[in-house]
Amino acid sequence: MTEKLRGAEIFVRALADEGVECIFGYPGGAVLHIYDEIFKQDKVQHILVRHEQGATHAADGYARASGKPGVVLVTSGPGATNCITGIATAYMDSIPMVVFTGQVATALIGNDAFQEVDAVGITRPCVKHNFLVEKVEDLAATIKKAFYVAATGRPGPVVVDIPKDVTANVTEYIYPDSVEMRSYRPTVKGHPGQIKRAAQLILGAKKPMIYSGGGVILDNASDSLIKFSRLSGFPITNTLMGLGAFPGSDPQFLGMLGMHGTYEANMAMHHCDVLIAIGARFDDRVTGDLAQFCPDAKIIQIDIDPSSIAKNVPVDVPIVGSVSNVLNELIDIIDKSEHKPVARDSDPWWRQINEWRGLDCLRFDTTSEFIKPQAVIQSLHEITAGDAYITSDVGQHQMWAAQYYSFDKPRRWINSGGLGTMGFGLPAAMGVQMAFPDATVACVTGEASFVMCVQELSTCLQYDLPIKIVSLNNRYMGMVRQWQEFFYDRRYSHSYLDSLPDFVKLAESFGHVGMRIEKPGDVDAAFKEAFALTDRLVLMDFITDQKENVYPMIAAGKGQHEMHLAPTDRELA
Amino acid sequence: MNERHTISILMENEAGALSRVAGLFSARAYNIESLAVAPTEDPTVSRMTVVTSGSPQIIEQITKQLNKLIDVIKLIDLNDGPHIERELMLVKLRTANPEQRAELKRLVDIFDATIVDITDVSYTVELTGSPQRLDDFIAAAGVRHVMELARSGVLGLLKGSKALKA
Repeated sequence: MTEKLRGAEIFVRALADEGVECIFGYPGGAVLHIYDEIFKQDKVQHILVRHEQGATHAADGYARASGKPGVVLVTSGPGATNCITGIATAYMDSIPMVVFTGQVATALIGNDAFQEVDAVGITRPCVKHNFLVEKVEDLAATIKKAFYVAATGRPGPVVVDIPKDVTANVTEYIYPDSVEMRSYRPTVKGHPGQIKRAAQLILGAKKPMIYSGGGVILDNASDSLIKFSRLSGFPITNTLMGLGAFPGSDPQFLGMLGMHGTYEANMAMHHCDVLIAIGARFDDRVTGDLAQFCPDAKIIQIDIDPSSIAKNVPVDVPIVGSVSNVLNELIDIIDKSEHKPVARDSDPWWRQINEWRGLDCLRFDTTSEFIKPQAVIQSLHEITAGDAYITSDVGQHQMWAAQYYSFDKPRRWINSGGLGTMGFGLPAAMGVQMAFPDATVACVTGEASFVMCVQELSTCLQYDLPIKIVSLNNRYMGMVRQWQEFFYDRRYSHSYLDSLPDFVKLAESFGHVGMRIEKPGDVDAAFKEAFALTDRLVLMDFITDQKENVYPMIAAGKGQHEMHLAPTDRELA
Repeated sequence: MNERHTISILMENEAGALSRVAGLFSARAYNIESLAVAPTEDPTVSRMTVVTSGSPQIIEQITKQLNKLIDVIKLIDLNDGPHIERELMLVKLRTANPEQRAELKRLVDIFDATIVDITDVSYTVELTGSPQRLDDFIAAAGVRHVMELARSGVLGLLKGSKALKA
């Protein structure tokens, strides 16, 4: 005879049985039964955030760094609505996450009860799936399903809405071993005929290009991608979401592509004859003007989500499947063929690419009296030996981190690429640090983004999270200012941040260490000092050049080959 | 070029399933011309028929996005092969004088329709057929005589012995 348990206890047991080690949350009326059970056990650690948005970003960061689903627990009403930005952020980047929202008792649903909101309705457009648990008998099986849906196929956030009476009612606890859903069976094995067609194109390519994205990281397919690239000898670029899947310091790597991609990556995209898209979704920030996109290329697209294939760009060889499976099969075929890796010194296509690369499009002024943000990122790379987990917020600092940190490993670069959520960086860093307590975690941010979730400094103190915050403070919303400079005749409408706090005192008031760095010559020493404090959170406020812009840049509506280069490079292009 | 397509969807008969489909169409700015849904012989499965329009590329995206919904078990684009489409209409028509009543009765016979309710001043007619046939009936009866009208939206099945099963 199985013992009977209250819903709240079933909830906590199910999380433990699912292997959940840590959840991020904030209590409230509808989830008090659950919080009472959390209090009584020690298998699942609960991290108390200071705002529900912080909980979702922390769980998201945890998931991106560890590969395991992030878990959130919040109350009904405002607890649920405060999660929306974090859920949408995870949805856009396909991050596995399970968000449990409390709900008013079933008898009250629809009555405009206190702290009632239709959480299932309000989250529907930004979740992979969601559930309302109507009776306690369904609770354990629904939790199992939620984790299964979140983590398989193309991952994504799943919301489980649990009315308060469901957590009070009693039933037998059985946690299912497996899930079978007739309506959800992701295709993971690529079609053999399509793979053969792709291999033929690949083996016959004169000007090939590998374009890989976040799908490679989500599928832990970095090793397969590296093997495929080595075997073929083809040039490779990564999307913003795909950075680290291929070593950034490798000469075969052309850098990131897209709006702020390198000259060589974008030019190679534009001129290639065979494009191999791997776990990348042809985002508008990558393609620029679709009419001018890869005009001469046959396109192969590998993706686990059929709806990502040929959504924006017509594809010659679509392959639905997990990128690791498909890459491994392609590797087999190429291995058995006559193909030799393309030689980077003698091949005409590589010679052309190296010519583009010779432009050195990421050069910047190193003689300035102001701190250059790019130099700060390079210095951060040095002090961390390129081996830190870097989270970021959204804007110029995000692009500089992506361009200059040179990620060599997957899951090290953690940013909101799809939704572009300011305020993501600090709570995401908390999640990363929870997943890897001994790792070096730095949050590259800007003073505008940082204050959007600044309350989480308090969480960092409570759980001793020694995050290093690198704030590139230019007293502007830098990316907004850059667009206003280029496209709005320098009318800097509401992009200037007046009345900023004293960030050093701010850090100190939260119990952390604050530093202000104002001269280029002090950057390295400041990093040394900050990273020596291995058990403290340090907020480094770098006062940077106010007018620095992110280059290269493809303006909206332009083709990939029509880049706006840094002033120093323009005459060369 | 916009094409009209009829998509038949088998989905879990669960609360919220309909709003997932409706939400998908509005979120991605796809057209819905009509939508009909009811449970099937298996009460855990609903069958939904959506009539939509768009370029071939949009139609492909619509079917892919629908398939991606976790509640969707299977779907078929009926326009991929021969199929039957039917729609039910109930229409209340004003009948001001005996000539009009006689004329309408003739029309009902021609269209093989049924008069299901009568008053001194109106006939309520039931008619099943292709959407075009229903349009034709209204045109013949005269739009100005229509007091009110309800149409079910299109239902469709594949022709032949092949069947869409969960």
